[in-house]
Amino acid sequence: MSVVDVREVITQAHHEEWARVVASLTRSFGDLDIAEEAAAEAFATAVQRWPTDGVPPNPGAWLTTTANRKAIDRIRRENKRDDKQKEAQLLYDDDPPKPLDAVDDERLRLIFTCCHPALAMETHVALTLRMVAGLTVPEIARAFLVQETTMGQRITRAKAKIKAARIPYRVPSAEDLPARVSGVLAVLFLVFNEGYLATGPDTDPVRHDLTAEAIRLTRLIRDLMPEDGEVAGLLALMLLIEARRTARVSASGELVTLDEQDRGTWDAALIAEGHRLVRERLAARVAPGRYQILAAINAVHTCARDVRDTDWSQVVALYDQLVRLDPSPIIALNRAIAVAELDGPEVALAAVDRLEHKLAGYHPYHATRADLLRRLGRSQKSRAAYDKAIELAGNTAEVAYLTRRRDQLG
Amino acid sequence: MQYLVSVIDDTAGLATPDEMATIDVFNDRLQAEGHWVFAGGLGAPSSATVIDNRGEEVMFTDGPFLESKEYLAGFWIIEAADLDVALKLAAEGSKACNRKIEVRPFL
Repeated sequence: MSVVDVREVITQAHHEEWARVVASLTRSFGDLDIAEEAAAEAFATAVQRWPTDGVPPNPGAWLTTTANRKAIDRIRRENKRDDKQKEAQLLYDDDPPKPLDAVDDERLRLIFTCCHPALAMETHVALTLRMVAGLTVPEIARAFLVQETTMGQRITRAKAKIKAARIPYRVPSAEDLPARVSGVLAVLFLVFNEGYLATGPDTDPVRHDLTAEAIRLTRLIRDLMPEDGEVAGLLALMLLIEARRTARVSASGELVTLDEQDRGTWDAALIAEGHRLVRERLAARVAPGRYQILAAINAVHTCARDVRDTDWSQVVALYDQLVRLDPSPIIALNRAIAVAELDGPEVALAAVDRLEHKLAGYHPYHATRADLLRRLGRSQKSRAAYDKAIELAGNTAEVAYLTRRRDQLG
Repeated sequence: MQYLVSVIDDTAGLATPDEMATIDVFNDRLQAEGHWVFAGGLGAPSSATVIDNRGEEVMFTDGPFLESKEYLAGFWIIEAADLDVALKLAAEGSKACNRKIEVRPFL
């Protein structure tokens, strides 16, 4: 096997085994910190040894064994230094060890611990990316535009709190599960969105690493909880958005809106998978949650081979359903965009204007108004709205698009 | 594992008779289920005295060590297997005493 092939195997093993190794060590040693460090050491050892010794027949088992050994070494070192450490039985689990069934996968425990409600949202995201996705601290810091030391401290503080306050390492009980799963899904959707519309003047407009990671983790949750409708909904939603990724930014780095995208470049396989999931949820005949409705809206868009074939009445009907679940002004804004296609820009503008006091600081509000005013021929007002949207937008491709649109106004 | 469950108040009033009654019910439950270690309500912050005997002479200062709008009005010390159990009890405690609550683990 060539060096390049070995490197690929290690990358693959990192994707497939990192969370499993961290999770199994956390279970054995009751300490997230030890688990993380030992897993990192095991992968570093693989990078050193596999190119010369060859790839072991079962990479996952090799990594777990090596990591276990590293963890024991560290505990021995620390016990010599400080006997008290031995007593620090940290991540706590009073369930007797059970055979692995679907919902009892170790990785699921890990995700629920990282997304515990006693930790802040930004901590959920950072911990999940580190412990479950295996991103390094510098990678996570870059993704969220914070200093490496800041991100390092955030993760260290979180691990210390988990230990000191005894945040349990387990899948929540059935009564708490729905709320806790929705917390995990919110974290994954946040990671996906940051990748899909990255903020910051120096970042790529689309961070494929983040969207791919979010999809990978959602697939994992889906494998673990195949019956959960919202998990399926979120996965479908991500796939249907990801399918349009390459069409979303032009060669010159400008955002391409849905109506102007070259639909031939959409990823047919991802769309087919997304549609399959949406159909599966429709067949379940259970009232859908927000991710399922959002996925259904995206399914309508991706069904149309040409933007003119879009079934806008269906889109508006789905938004109506969503508004009932989530009466937020952002949903109302998105509904208005669909209304513009069904009932014309005048009707939509009236709906958008009603949201001003709630969305004045939200750039899509101004971008939507600018577009509707443009279509109504009110250039001056449109220009002012574009100015405001450009001022507030953080994504480079979006700024480029808005600027061109503004400069094209008569 | 023991947790300090602090009651945070920002009003001058003491617990109303209704609040006291629900707190009693909650306390009974803590005792019945083996979570109870200790609990108590505290006098107003203005009744506090701060003592500093680190130097040559003991110093007494009238009033709380920290002046703030929110203050510690009382507390429970509970026994709980982990934070999930503690948070659930604290959520019920917050409802019972009708105040905000902070949970902190003992070392």
